[in-house]
Amino acid sequence: MMRRTLVALALAVAGAGAQAVPESLPPRADSALEARTSAVAAQLRCPVCQGVSIQDSPAELAQQMRGVVRDQLAAGRSPEEVKAYFISKYGEWILLEPEARGFNLLAYGLPALLIVVGLGVVAVVVRRNSARAPAPASAAVGVDEEP
Amino acid sequence: MNWRRALIAGAVAIPVLFFFAWGLTRDPGEIPSPLPGRAAPDFALEVFAPGEPPLARAVGDTVRASALKGRIVVLNFWASWCLACRDEHTILSQGARAYADQPVTFLGVLYNDEPRKGNAWIAEMGGQSYPSVNDPGARTAIEYGLYGVPETFFVNAEGRVVRKHTGPIPAAVLKGILDSLLAAPRAATTP
Repeated sequence: MMRRTLVALALAVAGAGAQAVPESLPPRADSALEARTSAVAAQLRCPVCQGVSIQDSPAELAQQMRGVVRDQLAAGRSPEEVKAYFISKYGEWILLEPEARGFNLLAYGLPALLIVVGLGVVAVVVRRNSARAPAPASAAVGVDEEP
Repeated sequence: MNWRRALIAGAVAIPVLFFFAWGLTRDPGEIPSPLPGRAAPDFALEVFAPGEPPLARAVGDTVRASALKGRIVVLNFWASWCLACRDEHTILSQGARAYADQPVTFLGVLYNDEPRKGNAWIAEMGGQSYPSVNDPGARTAIEYGLYGVPETFFVNAEGRVVRKHTGPIPAAVLKGILDSLLAAPRAATTP
């Protein structure tokens, strides 16, 4: 009798545990939402940090903003709409990577332009120096021949 | 030949120096808010600090931004852990009293803090003439694009954000903004 009671108790506990497991595991839909939240949050700058996304920042405000991202995605907004919401509140500054349009194109184009200009300057200087190089050599010969 | 080199060096250096000089005139900590000129985000937040008569509101009352239309609103985000908030506390509290007979509403919004700590801070500071509401989860703070505290938003009678002030607000700035906002409707009606 005692053994039967213990077995029944063990089964009840195991059953409770088995029931608890599916509840503690996030449903598949939630993990997909979490992945989408992370993808959007990784593009948004943490306002109280230095160059860190709200995905990577442990700051309270960053976590709260991440919650807003999750809620808006769960409500059916697209990632672009969520980003647009944060831009409307914080300006384009909130994007870790500015969108490649208008004045922002400078940020993408200027480094490449400066590299091209820099290489051009180096090429001109090298060509000039190599063109001048024979002159001192002949002068040196001349000096040697003088005495 | 030297003059040519000097000309090229000058052409490169002058714009760079100009940009540096321009950068020195800007505060790198201040990021322009896109809110001024737009409708103030709505909120419905619960009063946790009542303020003092005649500006008092009952604890537990819900303050809605939409219900404040027709009045100029001074929305000040603060926290008990914010040192800079101490600097402006007296200015705001006295300012609210000074404009008590005008269509101006001062409202404090507690940011990432506990109402209990907020009330203890108000008591420590000697009271606060106007009420404060709690903002759980900083949802309203995010709606207003808050970076930190203190930040103060000025909303005109039409319900539009007209100005955002970052950091402790000086008395002269507070007075200047409120006086200009109060004068604006009168100026509009004056032929």
